[in-house]
Amino acid sequence: MLRNLLIALVLASFGFIFYNLYQSYEPQTELTGIAAHFAENGASEVGAANLVTAVVVSYRSFDTLGEITILFLTAAIISFFLKLSKEDEEKVIIHRGTSELLQTASFLLIPLIFLFGVYVFINGHLTPGGGFQGGAIIASGVVLAIMANPNMTINHKVIIWVESLSGVSVILIGVLGILLGGGFLDSSIKGLGFGEFGTIFSAGTIPFIYSLVGLKVGAELSNILNLYQKSQKEA
Amino acid sequence: MNNEMIYSVIAIGVGLLMVFMAIIAILNKKLSVAIIAAGVVSLFASVLFLLMSAPDVAMTEAAIGSGLSTLIFFYVLNKIKRQNA
Repeated sequence: MLRNLLIALVLASFGFIFYNLYQSYEPQTELTGIAAHFAENGASEVGAANLVTAVVVSYRSFDTLGEITILFLTAAIISFFLKLSKEDEEKVIIHRGTSELLQTASFLLIPLIFLFGVYVFINGHLTPGGGFQGGAIIASGVVLAIMANPNMTINHKVIIWVESLSGVSVILIGVLGILLGGGFLDSSIKGLGFGEFGTIFSAGTIPFIYSLVGLKVGAELSNILNLYQKSQKEA
Repeated sequence: MNNEMIYSVIAIGVGLLMVFMAIIAILNKKLSVAIIAAGVVSLFASVLFLLMSAPDVAMTEAAIGSGLSTLIFFYVLNKIKRQNA
């Protein structure tokens, strides 16, 4: 009785808070402050056709570096807690068997999904999406592969090398920005301009940084999935 | 009925479906049904992000929220079930 009363009280206070928020909300008809600056000067200052990418990789690239670090920490913590012993490695996952349809479809779809993920992060500065989205799409291709064949093995060494190399390269490109651009992680290259607006080799170092971020995120998420897959092993 | 009104009606419908799925996820006794419902909440959320012209967020939500996290929940559920059996 008291418990239900407390739940009702919490719900009522949430309703009160959100009603006040809703009451004081006025839709803005035009951009103000820093958003207006980004929208007006984004194309000339960064050269990326996708303004979201311009903000994420150039104006706010330090935040992106933090996000990459958080994801790396998450992957590291998960691999620490899901560590397998040597005997567990030889066990297999017992499952009811996957359907013929899923297996056949996965052969056709997995390359396409990988290709789409690569497309999303290479074109991050032109079309919606970018490194994080492309990496997540690549990892969902790995999900399909695992579902079609639960006992498949993913090459651990390749994943670790791809992840470490791309992580180091992102930092190196960021440091190169001090020498060639306007500062740490700055996307412009002095003396080269931004290239033709809307083409794939434009917007300075954004395509390279985002492709590396995509590889890193894809490798990390695949690694997490691989660990969870291995944790199902028994007998 | 202009375009803006149609968008609002679709957005409200998707929002109501999200609330409905969230309630299923909380109240259903079968955990596998609850996990699927939580994944569907993410799927509708990504549709809503797309309607609000945020395709970047929609992509992330669809791939991570309804794809990867659902699978990881199923792995964990499987592990718990086998350890308890």
